Amino acid sequence: MTLFNLFRRRGSAPIARERLQILLAHERSARGQSDLLGILREEILAVITKHVTVDHDNVRVRMDRGANVSTLEIDVEIPNAANLLIKVAS
Amino acid sequence: MTKVLVVTSGKGGVGKTTTTAALGAALAQAGKKVAVVDFDVGLRNLDLVMGAERRVVFDLINVVQGVAKLSQALIRDKRIETLWLLPASQTRDKDALTEVGVGSVIKELRGKFDWVICDSPAGIERGATLAMRFADAAVIVTNPEVSSVRDSDRIIGLLDSKTERAEKGQRVEKHILITRYDAQRAARGEMLNIEDVLDILSTPLLGIIPESQEVLRASNIGSPVTVSGATSAPGRAYLDAARRLCGEDLPMTIPSDRKGLFDKLFGRRAA
Repeated sequence: MTLFNLFRRRGSAPIARERLQILLAHERSARGQSDLLGILREEILAVITKHVTVDHDNVRVRMDRGANVSTLEIDVEIPNAANLLIKVAS
Repeated sequence: MTKVLVVTSGKGGVGKTTTTAALGAALAQAGKKVAVVDFDVGLRNLDLVMGAERRVVFDLINVVQGVAKLSQALIRDKRIETLWLLPASQTRDKDALTEVGVGSVIKELRGKFDWVICDSPAGIERGATLAMRFADAAVIVTNPEVSSVRDSDRIIGLLDSKTERAEKGQRVEKHILITRYDAQRAARGEMLNIEDVLDILSTPLLGIIPESQEVLRASNIGSPVTVSGATSAPGRAYLDAARRLCGEDLPMTIPSDRKGLFDKLFGRRAA
């Protein structure tokens, strides 16, 4: 570091501010996302259980966020066709 | 109308307990009936900071579990008549707190006090979420430092989602209190300044407590800084913050401990 740089040295607070802004923007969106998945899971399950008996443990909801496209993957295991018929009939 | 206020931060060591004692005492000095409640089960310290450590008989857990009545566990402050302390348990752990139990204690306190101030433990686990659970308002204690600001942001998220008011679609009134602020370092760009912190957290400011030796002195002698150092910089800052909590509109200043010539010559105060 030259003597000139020593005199010109700026405080570190602007760096702290910038790092925080980037980090918190990321964390806040992640927070919203996990809530969204929870809500989707509950609502999709509610619709499905109107017609079929499903085990709550056998439902997976996943989201992948890409640069251009994001995908939502819902994986529901339905035990057998008999359940389906009974529920629909009643 | 009683107000339940949680003093919280996420991060430890930023001044939650100091703030609870100082604001509690300031509100009580203004004639309000105040209960300060320590939620830091297993690591209680509010009793020590308030100078009541030798008078603890029953605690919050005893009341939650029905072992003691609320009136038996409340300790009356020796300096201010309208200030009471409900200590935490030192021997039990946070799992002894139940939501139903805490809810009934808070409900009973609401019937007896103007202000109920809950001193939250650090972290975002059970103790911290129960401390904020029934709050109407929150003071988020933040140091002008990256990890503290990040944790405050997280706590704000919890206040907006995990409290009873949030779940009912109501709002918890949130205030940022910046502690350990050094105006000179902030002016030199060495410390996040007030605008930076408020901008990042987008929450209104309750007050700015300057870094001061008076805070350590107050806890050394077991007295809220608004009592032992009412004219000191942090004492005045906390007294102003308490008035703002009551709805007064005061200009936001950063009190200073810097002394005039007279004080420098003659003002050596005995501790």
